[in-house]
Amino acid sequence: MFDRLYEKDVAITGIGQSEVGRPSQLSAMRLTVDACLEAIEDAGLQREDIDGVACWPGDNNNGDSFSPVGPNALKNALGLQVNWFGGGYEGPGPLAGIINGAMAIASGMCRHVLVFRTITESSTRQHNKQASALTNKTQGRDGSFAWQWYTPFNVLSAANLIAMYAQRHFHDYGTTPEQLAQIALTCRRHAQLNPKAVYRSPMSMDDYMQSRMISTPLRMFDCDVHCDASTAIVLSRCDVARDGRHPPIRIEAMGAALNQPWSWDQISLTEGAAFDAGNMMWARTDLKPKDVGSAQLYDGFSILTMIWLEALGLCPRGESGRFVEGGKRIALDGELPLNTNGGQLSGGRTHGLGYVHEACLQLWSRANGRQIADHQVAVTAAGGGPLAGSLLLVRD
Amino acid sequence: MPRKLPALNADNRPFWQGGENHALLIHRCGACSRYFHPPSPVCPACASLEVGPQPVSGKGKVASFTVNHQPWTPELKEPFVIAIVELDEQEGLRFVSNIEDTPADAVHIGMRVRVRFQQEEDVWLPLFVKD
Repeated sequence: MFDRLYEKDVAITGIGQSEVGRPSQLSAMRLTVDACLEAIEDAGLQREDIDGVACWPGDNNNGDSFSPVGPNALKNALGLQVNWFGGGYEGPGPLAGIINGAMAIASGMCRHVLVFRTITESSTRQHNKQASALTNKTQGRDGSFAWQWYTPFNVLSAANLIAMYAQRHFHDYGTTPEQLAQIALTCRRHAQLNPKAVYRSPMSMDDYMQSRMISTPLRMFDCDVHCDASTAIVLSRCDVARDGRHPPIRIEAMGAALNQPWSWDQISLTEGAAFDAGNMMWARTDLKPKDVGSAQLYDGFSILTMIWLEALGLCPRGESGRFVEGGKRIALDGELPLNTNGGQLSGGRTHGLGYVHEACLQLWSRANGRQIADHQVAVTAAGGGPLAGSLLLVRD
Repeated sequence: MPRKLPALNADNRPFWQGGENHALLIHRCGACSRYFHPPSPVCPACASLEVGPQPVSGKGKVASFTVNHQPWTPELKEPFVIAIVELDEQEGLRFVSNIEDTPADAVHIGMRVRVRFQQEEDVWLPLFVKD
């Protein structure tokens, strides 16, 4: 199907992450610099070695708290000399920076690409409680490509659209609120072992059921928690990745396909783009879902994690509710440890690269109190609705 | 309850203003006969430029829905019902709207609905009620 599997030329060699604040007193750029310098050092490199910078979504809205720092600003701050740099919202979701950066390496433009993602939604909400509502982002009439079809009906957050995916999942597959709760409960249990996690107090099924309804059937604890943080990943060409401080984590396969409309309501309500990405990823490797030792799957909303479990073949289609029931399978000592740092639901909405950071910590056995059993293959995926990208990572 | 209105252009104007003449106008391809939404100057199924708005029945069923409880802005009057309505004319032909005048706990997937227009300035919003 594919002549050349470009991602096999690329490995992760270093990771870094700033503090995860709610809110942080540090500037968005300082958070970014902390994450990036840590990642460069972790890769055993100097900043002079970095010859590419990638980011999703980049400074697409002039400093909006969803993405306050883009590649241009970061390049200047660190005085980087690069052969290629790029950002932008359009693409296969929050992992697009890694997918683009890997392409830059495989095409011969770069040897070491610094990928980062900064978000400061917590500090913004200190002075604007409606910061995440879309009416705050577009003034006057809505002429946007996608959202003009939703905002006239007071759909002011992705929560409403994703709630309709959950409702359809419940209807088609018999998924129950108690099953959905296992994503939030599991993340909270794991967050208790992560010193950087935002929410670390115990949460019971009763706590979950009594949490405020946001948009049926999604409750407050089905929605991720805003934070201020930056995460950075260093990608290196495999032949120059061997001298690092850690064994390279190869990018075995990537998923970035979208075979449906880019739309929140025209796309399959029970699949989103996730199945397209998952199918592409598995078509590019001989490994199988049964080889996966840990999964870090997008939980901007809990139902999206369930959809990813199915999309990546980690459980049969429609079976994610039964798969997570009781929470044993997805616990740290379960057959498929899930969102081992507390995910975005309890760990904090680092938005995308946090999953990759955690997957690498686990593969390198650097996850301290939450370390799971030794394994070589991890899967990460991010996005919901029309946004979807996935990575299969292997430590040889 | 205030609503943010769409910016009108040559492609989307029929959809947002058809209600002035009590018609729900959905783009249809003259070459392959398929309806599509959102409106666009080209058919996404066959790439024909022979496309244009056509009146449809305004009847359909709820493909999915949610009851919004979150006060995203101070002006909202929650709870209110958001739905994806699939029109009778073609499988998968659907768009986001609101279900009005129906108790939130009575709304369900598969519920029959029909369009009811609500004028806001120069826009006639296609909302739905139980049929």
